[in-house]
Amino acid sequence: MKPLYNFAFFDEGSKREVRRAVLKGIAIPGYQVPFASREMPIARGWGTGGLQITLTLVGRDDVLKVIDQGADESVNAVSIRKLIVGTTGIASTDDTAEATLIQSRHRIPEVPLTKGQTLVLQVPIPEPLRFVEPSEFATKRLHAEKEYSGAYLALFEEIMKYGRVSTGADHPVTVNGRYVMAPSPIPRFDNPKMNDSAALILLGAGREKKIYAVPPYTRVVSLDFEDHPFEVEDMGGKRCSLCGATGVFMDEIHEDSGAVRYQCNDSGFCLSRRGGGKGGEA
Amino acid sequence: MTGSERLESPGPAGGAPMLRVEKLSVRYGQGCPRCLSGDPGSLERNYCPECGAVWALSDVSFEVYPGEVLGIVGESGSGKSTVMNCLYFNLEPTGGRARIGAYDGGSADVFGLSLQEKRHIRNSLLGIVYQNPTNGLKMGFSSIANVAEKLIAAGNRNVGRMEARARDLLGRVSIPSARMKDAPANFSGGMQQRVQIAKALSSNPPVLLLDEVTTGLDLSVQAKVLDLIKGLQRELGISMVLVSHDLGVVRMLADRTVVLLDGRVIETGLTDQILEDPQRPYTQELVHSML
Ligand SMILES: Nc1ncnc2c1ncn2[C@@H]1O[C@H](COP(=O)(O)OP(=O)(O)OP(=O)(O)O)[C@@H](O)[C@H]1O
Ligand SMILES: [Mg+2]
Ligand SMILES: [Zn+2]
Repeated sequence: MKPLYNFAFFDEGSKREVRRAVLKGIAIPGYQVPFASREMPIARGWGTGGLQITLTLVGRDDVLKVIDQGADESVNAVSIRKLIVGTTGIASTDDTAEATLIQSRHRIPEVPLTKGQTLVLQVPIPEPLRFVEPSEFATKRLHAEKEYSGAYLALFEEIMKYGRVSTGADHPVTVNGRYVMAPSPIPRFDNPKMNDSAALILLGAGREKKIYAVPPYTRVVSLDFEDHPFEVEDMGGKRCSLCGATGVFMDEIHEDSGAVRYQCNDSGFCLSRRGGGKGGEA
Repeated sequence: MTGSERLESPGPAGGAPMLRVEKLSVRYGQGCPRCLSGDPGSLERNYCPECGAVWALSDVSFEVYPGEVLGIVGESGSGKSTVMNCLYFNLEPTGGRARIGAYDGGSADVFGLSLQEKRHIRNSLLGIVYQNPTNGLKMGFSSIANVAEKLIAAGNRNVGRMEARARDLLGRVSIPSARMKDAPANFSGGMQQRVQIAKALSSNPPVLLLDEVTTGLDLSVQAKVLDLIKGLQRELGISMVLVSHDLGVVRMLADRTVVLLDGRVIETGLTDQILEDPQRPYTQELVHSML
């Protein structure tokens, strides 16, 4: 039977247009490239930006991994994976090392990404200055002028309110010494993984119609102050109750008994440690 | 004596001006041969009947000497806020020049500088208090952050030092320390204006632009804000441009005063002279209306 859709759902013309935006994004690291975000069979705000990039880049030899907040099996990850696999027939995996194309929401996998891999991050709000400047016209100008006081002001305000920078996620970064960029709502813990990454990182915001990129081996620096240096969430002393890992991003699980235990947020990582017979080893 | 003769009299402090504005013009609309001729008779008030352009300012010139307070008075729509917005680089003038004594020895026309240079001047040499506090403050951010914003913009990256400076300035404008982390949105109008003043002063600017600082405030609050400005002026010797449609405010604070009408300077001189012996019928009307 002839498939209902073109390979990877999109017609080739649409793919070319998204690719042009991707290429421009790679050429200007951290710069938000507008693109004509398409209607998708899932609602905007559910990863359509990332999905459009993935569908545009995917080839027949790609091996796909999709995660949502670290989990391969969450409903969103499953439905996005189904859509991509269903319209391409490519293989998918939970194993980060095996994947060539990884679409993710809210996390960068624990296993260091390697040369040739592409990470596609889903972005709800691509504009790092939006919180201090509601107008798109104004923020465009601020980027053009490299005027990033607003991003620092937002961090300063958090320190005034909470005594420290408390951005749980989406802590702004400077890319290649030029553009300040929203890394998407990954925890601060993942920010350093963007710096000098061997893999290509692409970010897509479907609702806001923006694509941007961190090319491989690009300097990515988290914004901070002299007397409040950037710090990742403290995972010290936390050990995964399933695989025994330490030093990775943990979920806190509250048992009915009131006890608290920790578990790797990256479920693929955790599973491979257990499946690989390394369970319990730390 | 005419207004233009007064214009040429040297400033009270003598020496080079801190701010010199020459032939400042702001036009909204295309303009046409009639109004572009510059002939004052070509406009009806500030409006060109031929092409519909609004000349918010036409050939406005004045100087402010170091430590001097220059008043700008005029009815609503006469162009007062437009002058301020040009000087703070919020608005690009159609024509004219401005020189700032503290920048490049007063030789450069600051309107012709790059965006980066303008931002530098704005962050370190100028302070502004807007007529409408929502233009000058981030209403949802703490007052400390509002004051620190200018310091951050000037490149400061030390939280402790910025907080200390902000607390010091907010204290000077009588914001109680317990409320310094509150957002101006939760403040009275008078407190908002005082936060604006603290912010404007944060970089120790040699020039302060004050647009209707006391308009809309209760009389008792007005008096406090005016006392504050007077004290700051005496203590810090800042040069100020003080815009008001309230001649009482100008009488209290301004050494010299410029009278604007329909975007043009119609009279310039010592404030006392202008108030006691207005030369132009419009100024006479303006003065008499408040007696
Ligand atoms: N965008 C615009 N388009 C056309 N005309 C404008 C525009 N903005 C301002 N003006 C006009 O410019 C003139 C000067 O306005 P400005 O706000 O400087 O007056 P003002 O003296 O500050 O008045 P007020 O005392 O009411 O604050 C007014 O006639 C105003 O209508
Ligand atoms: Mg005004
Ligand atoms: Zn005209």
